[in-house]
Amino acid sequence: MAPARYVGDLIFSFARYLGDLALLAGETMRGIFHGEVRPQLVVQQIYEVGFRSQLVVLITGAFTGAVFATQTYFQFHRLQMDTAVGPVVSVSMFRELGPVLCGLMVAGRVGAAMSAELGTMKVTEQLDALRALAVHPVDYLVVPRFLAMLVSMPLLVAECIGVGILAAYLLTTQILGVSETYYVHNMLHFTGGRDVAMGLIKGMVFGVVIVFVSCHQGLNAREGAVGVGRATTEAVVIGSLFILVVNFFLTMTLNIFFPAGK
Amino acid sequence: MTEHAHPSEVITVDNLVQTIGGQEILRGFSLKVYQGETLVLLGRSGGGKSVFLRHLIGLMQPVSGTVTVGQEVISGLQERELAKVRRSMGMLFQNGALFDSLTVADNVAFPLRERGETDETIVTAKVEEALQMVDLAGHEAKMPVNLSGGMRKRVALARALVNQPRCMLYDEPTAGLDPIVADSIDLLIRRLQRKLGVTSIVVTHDMKSTFTIADHVALLHEGRCYFYGTCDQLRASTDPVIRDFVEGRSHDEP
Repeated sequence: MAPARYVGDLIFSFARYLGDLALLAGETMRGIFHGEVRPQLVVQQIYEVGFRSQLVVLITGAFTGAVFATQTYFQFHRLQMDTAVGPVVSVSMFRELGPVLCGLMVAGRVGAAMSAELGTMKVTEQLDALRALAVHPVDYLVVPRFLAMLVSMPLLVAECIGVGILAAYLLTTQILGVSETYYVHNMLHFTGGRDVAMGLIKGMVFGVVIVFVSCHQGLNAREGAVGVGRATTEAVVIGSLFILVVNFFLTMTLNIFFPAGK
Repeated sequence: MTEHAHPSEVITVDNLVQTIGGQEILRGFSLKVYQGETLVLLGRSGGGKSVFLRHLIGLMQPVSGTVTVGQEVISGLQERELAKVRRSMGMLFQNGALFDSLTVADNVAFPLRERGETDETIVTAKVEEALQMVDLAGHEAKMPVNLSGGMRKRVALARALVNQPRCMLYDEPTAGLDPIVADSIDLLIRRLQRKLGVTSIVVTHDMKSTFTIADHVALLHEGRCYFYGTCDQLRASTDPVIRDFVEGRSHDEP
């Protein structure tokens, strides 16, 4: 009976956790539509989330694009399909690599920071001070982060994809000697608005996942410094796993609306 | 859910029960706080005084029992429904609970800005006035991390008072302060009561402070209100539990 009970407890805990996230999302929506959105805090968070994540995202995009192009070229060169590297890299960056890798990097950088900040506020009674001053912590802390992420994440994903494609183009055409004209022509021929839409939608969804997972961990941190450390680690781990799992379901769903290829 | 309390009662607590980690902290605590008075709540460390105080502003919800503020029963209200009651109250937390990403001035200005004050001239004037009241003028630009424990507590007091609440909750306002600053805080609580008619509930262990500021004293013992009366009645009591507390006797072997 013990293993069955363990699995049962696990499923119950997971369902409760998803319920908590849904309640936090609901409270955030109430905050946006019935509370007061603080534009200054949203701008501040866009700077923290969007502007300050750029270096990480640009490096991730550039080297992912470059290494993916290299590997693809080595395989395609044997089949004399060198100019197909462009569309393969481009479509992959738009549909999968760009949003997922950007999401994972942002989950690490921004998710950890959000969870640590809110967790520290929780254990030092700053959240209670907010409540005592008649300010709802979700309105003051989660809503600006959520809105900032909605604005920043698609832009970060776009940057990541753009730099990845540029790095792949430069490497393939300038170092590996593939024809620039055919490379660009094939890339544009096989990449469409559906791929762009898929990448940006995924980026936005991952941003939402990161905000709710990280803020939930922070708002529920306990037991002092150890609790804040645990909340931060869990925010990154759970956020990253959610991105990978959600990505699978998003790919399956979005393929219905934005099918790959022409 | 609205009930009518006696007009002069600001807070009525009825049969409050609270359990934390399986341990019953409050076991049917009842108390009334009257308009314009200072009530001091005494009790041993870990006895549930702060837990009790948090119920009065809705930071904790009781297992059973009711808390009535003015004419509104606040126990059982949702977080957003509590905002109206909280706007009429202020709370000084034990460790200050200052927002560590904001300067001293921004911390004190926080309640003003959150309640819609957009005129920065008025905000600055009120912040200066509040900081002068706690003897911290000139420290506006400092960050909380650069303040001593006592200064943090005084900034927190300025933040709680800047909107002139009708009722103030103090969680150990003089703990960790030097005797002179502690005395100035006591006098400030007294002054607020006399000049502005602020009702105060003060949780403390400090007997000197108690005798300086209290109109009524309540002693929380084993989760219940063990004693309620005036300072003179407290001094005159022959009850061993009360005498031990007032005189600070532990009965431990030296």
